[in-house]
Parts: sequence; structure tokens; C-alpha cells
Amino acid sequence: MPKKMKTNYLINLIGLILLFLVLYAAFESGIFGSRTNYFMGIATTACYTIIMVTSLNLLVGIMGEFSLGHAGFMSVGAYASAILTNALSDAGIPDLALFLLALLIGGIAAGITGVLVGIPTLKLRGDYLAIVTVAFAEIIRVAFTNFSITGGGRTMSGIKKLSNFYWVFWVTVVCVAFMYMFIRSRFGRTVKAIREDYIAAAASGVNVTFYKVLTFTISAFFAGVAGAIYAHYITAMIPTTFNFNYSAEFLTEVIIGGTGSMTGSIIGATFLSALPEMLRSFSKYRMLGYSVVLVLIMIFRPGGIFGSWEFSLSRALSRFSMKAKAANKNGKEDE
Amino acid sequence: MSIFIQSLINGLNQGAIYALIALGYTMVYGILRMINFAHGDFIMVGAYTLFYTVPMMVNHGMPAWLAVIAAIAACVVVGVLVERIAYKPVRNSGSISALITALAMSLFLENLAMVLFGANPKTIPKIFDLPMIDILGAKIQVKYLLTLGIGLAIMICMTLFVRLTKIGKAMRAVPQDKEAATIIGINVDRIITMTFAIGSALAAVAALMYCSTYPRATTDMGTMMGIKAFIAAVLGGIGVIPGAMLGGMILGLIEIFVKVYIAPGWYEAITYGILIVVLLIKPSGILGKNVGEKV
Repeated sequence: MPKKMKTNYLINLIGLILLFLVLYAAFESGIFGSRTNYFMGIATTACYTIIMVTSLNLLVGIMGEFSLGHAGFMSVGAYASAILTNALSDAGIPDLALFLLALLIGGIAAGITGVLVGIPTLKLRGDYLAIVTVAFAEIIRVAFTNFSITGGGRTMSGIKKLSNFYWVFWVTVVCVAFMYMFIRSRFGRTVKAIREDYIAAAASGVNVTFYKVLTFTISAFFAGVAGAIYAHYITAMIPTTFNFNYSAEFLTEVIIGGTGSMTGSIIGATFLSALPEMLRSFSKYRMLGYSVVLVLIMIFRPGGIFGSWEFSLSRALSRFSMKAKAANKNGKEDE
Repeated sequence: MSIFIQSLINGLNQGAIYALIALGYTMVYGILRMINFAHGDFIMVGAYTLFYTVPMMVNHGMPAWLAVIAAIAACVVVGVLVERIAYKPVRNSGSISALITALAMSLFLENLAMVLFGANPKTIPKIFDLPMIDILGAKIQVKYLLTLGIGLAIMICMTLFVRLTKIGKAMRAVPQDKEAATIIGINVDRIITMTFAIGSALAAVAALMYCSTYPRATTDMGTMMGIKAFIAAVLGGIGVIPGAMLGGMILGLIEIFVKVYIAPGWYEAITYGILIVVLLIKPSGILGKNVGEKV
């Protein structure tokens, strides 16, 4: 690993630890008083939304295809992990291990679904792919409404509350870091090449279907992880939650944040999931506002607010230090 | 036997409603190559208009179904506004932008309705006061037959309209070559707006038919209706007018028969399954022609 990359990772890690410590101190010191739990809840919601939105951005931004059924994968992860933890609740496994196991199973279940959905459908592109993903999400929803193991159309409740913010924070960090590295890897570059021109990519010997299914599966896997977090945070769920509108909401957040920008997805997901909680009276107008913003963005700034720009802590630091140096120099010249 | 006939008529009734909506999808797709996600929500606009205008009609001693004129007017205004304000600016920025804009307009209409009318479903008063008749021991609602008749009549009218009139010819010319159409004096913008107006008017008629069968208006009624009607359009061959009718009928019949005879809880899954199968085997639909992709 080049030295520069190593220091970059170190800087980012230190930044994240600082962010974590700030949040930890804020929640533990009790400056929010009786509302601490409420704010931790919002922060947890923001975390699983971030995973959902970044994983969807992997499809929309990097692969250039649409999924309007991402909530379907989320529900697969949520139900698979909930069934697992219900079965293992008396096995005496420590909570953290059970939580991680639930996330893994949720992710794998959704990933397998992703492969099964991806292989037949990824031959399609554009509008047709979008509508087929809706169809699959609806089929998943109908199936969960009919299976007795998932509650048979009624609320599945009594799921163990395992998602606490401090764990979820680090899970989110790992998920986002993995997806970011995937985008920057050989695989990610290949997928981008397919996005730009799939015929040219195929002609240069790229196995287009393989890479598309791979990306789709990774995206589904993380949606499943987010679903598992959701299930163990909300503890009672019903299949109708994971409907078309929920999927559309995630897609909206991707587009508003910026297609292809992880930074946009993270900031977008954080704000858009925290805002309606903060302003209760606003929640009625939330989706109305989103849709207006979406149309305006499509007309005036089709790339989204952040476009494909990424925030880099080390770049920001080096710019900052350069500015400081320049200011020093100017100061000396003045003398 | 009587259950079979009843299901058959129910299926055809359902199918005619899908077909009317699918017709709107197909016309817009035929001319712009975009899925107008908001089309389903035009039905919702029509249904809410009916909710407010049907009692007015009845109070003034007029037949309730005349309220459809108000519904058509409302839908046409909404349809044309949506096209002019949202779709026109993104027309040349690719299918992805068009898709997102359409989705955004769908969300907008739905949530606007939520803000204006509230989340509670509205019950629409009786529109047709028609008797039941007996066919081979099955009790059949005459209004179902009426729906079927109206559906078929509109389909035939639209086919003739597109085939014979000048505007219809222009509608077929625009998707073939926009620039050439402009050169020979077709006002492309006007033709597109007109297509949206016609599609929206058909959605209003579909809303009338839907509300006479299921007298409820909800803000989210359009989404799933729209997607199912889109499936009908794809099944029959998108862009082909008789295809919309055929696809709608097949879909309606399958839904009702699966509901009655096979698995009541699973009928929606079957509908979506059909879409997947059709797109994988013959994406151009039953009546569509295969079009190769240019490099």
C-alpha cells in the first residue's frame, strides 16, 4: 500500500473516531436530557437510511440503472434476520455476536435474492428494468403477506431490540467504507465503463452480465444489512411498510444527494431522515417537498446537489494547511 | 358454471378499466418513449373530481354520470400542466431524467392530494343506477357490460383516430423522426400536448368506470393501478393501441380467475410475475414488433 494511501486511511479513521466521540459524549453527558433516547433513535434511523441510500447509489450512480424495488431487499434482510434472532433468542449468545450474526444473515438472504432477481432481469435496461424491480419488490411483499413465518400479513412483533446507536454507527462506517472501496476498485471501474457504454465494454472483453449481477448483489446485500438493523431497531414490522413508496423515497434521496456521490448520499440521507423527525408539523409536507425539489433538480441540476463530488478529509486538511501557510507567508511579508 | 360466468364478466370489467388506463400509457410511450408514472395518478384526480361533482349533478337533477365531463376537464388540465411544466424541460435529457421526473410528478400529485383531501378514503356516491340481469343462472351487473362496451368503443375510436385523421398521422410521425416531422410542418410540441390531453381524458373515463365498480377514492389508488395498467400495456405490446386493449383484458381475466379459483392471496404476485415473464421472453409484447438496437 502506498504511504499516501495509508496516511489517508489513518486521517479518515481519526476523523470518524472523533465524530463518534463527539456523538458519544453528547448522548452520554445527557445534554439532551429526557430527549436523549429520542435523538439516539433519530441517529439510528439516519444510519440505516445511509446504508440504504448509498447501496442504492451503487446501482443508480455507478451502474447507471434504476431500482424502484430496493425496499423489497430491505424487507428480505429484515425478515430473515428477525426470524433468526427469534429462533436463537434462548441460545445464550451474547447480544453483540447475535446482532452481527443477524446482520450477516440479513445481508446474505438479501444478497441471494439479489442474485436470483438480477440474473434474469439485468438483461433489461432503463425503464423496463425499473418497472421489473417494482414487480419483484411487490412479489416479495405479497409473499411475506402470505407466509405464516413472517406474520401472515399481520405485524411481526417481539423482535429483540439489538440495534443500539453505538454499534450501528460502526456497522454503517464499515458498510459505506466497503462500498466506497468497491467503487474505487478494479470492479467499480469496470462497472463504470459498462455504464458509459455497455456495447463498447462488452467489445473489450468485459463480461457485462457478471459485473451487473455482482453490483446488484452487493447493493442488495447492504440493503439486507440495513433491513436487519431496521428490524432490530423498530422491533415490530409489517410487510406493507416495504412498499413502492418506500422504495421511491430512497431513490428520491439518492437523486437529491447526487447520483454517484457517496458524500451526497450520506448527507442527503442524514438530513432527509432527520428533518421530518425534528419538525413534526413538516412531515405532512415532506414528500410533497421532496417531489418539488426532485423536479427542480431534474430541470436545473440533473446530477443532484453534490453531482459526483466526494468529500475528502485529507484533501480538506491539506487545503486548510496550505491556506494557513499562505496566510503565514503573507503575514511575514507584511512585516 | 354461474361462478364461472360471473368471474368472466368481472374479469372483463376489470380488464376494460385496465385497458382504458393502458391506452393512455401506450399513447404517451408511443410518442415520447417514456413511462408516465403520473398517469395512474390522473385516475386519482378523476376519482376525487367525481367525489365532489357527482352530488352536485344529482342535486341539479342531472344524471350522475355527466360528472365525467368535469372529471375529463380536471384530468386534461392536470395532464397538460404536468407535461408543460415538468416533462417538457427534460424531454431532451435522456430517458433516466424523464423517468425520475415522471416518478416525482406521481409523488407530487399523490402528496398534494394527501394535503388537500386528507388521508381518509372518500366514498363516491352511486353513479349508475342499473339493474342486475340473469345469464345462465349468474347474476350480472349491467354496468359491467356497459364498462366493457365503453372500453371497446373507445378503443375502436382511438384506432380509427390515429389511423385516419391528420392529427393521428402526426402522432405517428413524431416518434419516427422528430426533426423530419418538424420540417414538414408538424408542431411537435402541440402534438405531444394533445397526446397527453387525450391520455388524461381516457384516464378520467377510466376513473368513472373504476368508481362505479369500487366507489372509493384514496390518494394512493393511482400508483398500483398505474403499474398494473402499465403491465397490461407491456403485455399487449407497448405503443400499439389494440395491444393495450388486449393486454388489459388478459390481465383483468387472469387476476379475477386467480382470485376466485386458485389463490386469493397471491393474485397480485401473479400479475407481476406475468410482467417479468413477458419482458424476459418477448419484451415487445403480444402485438408488438421486435426492434433491434442500434449501436
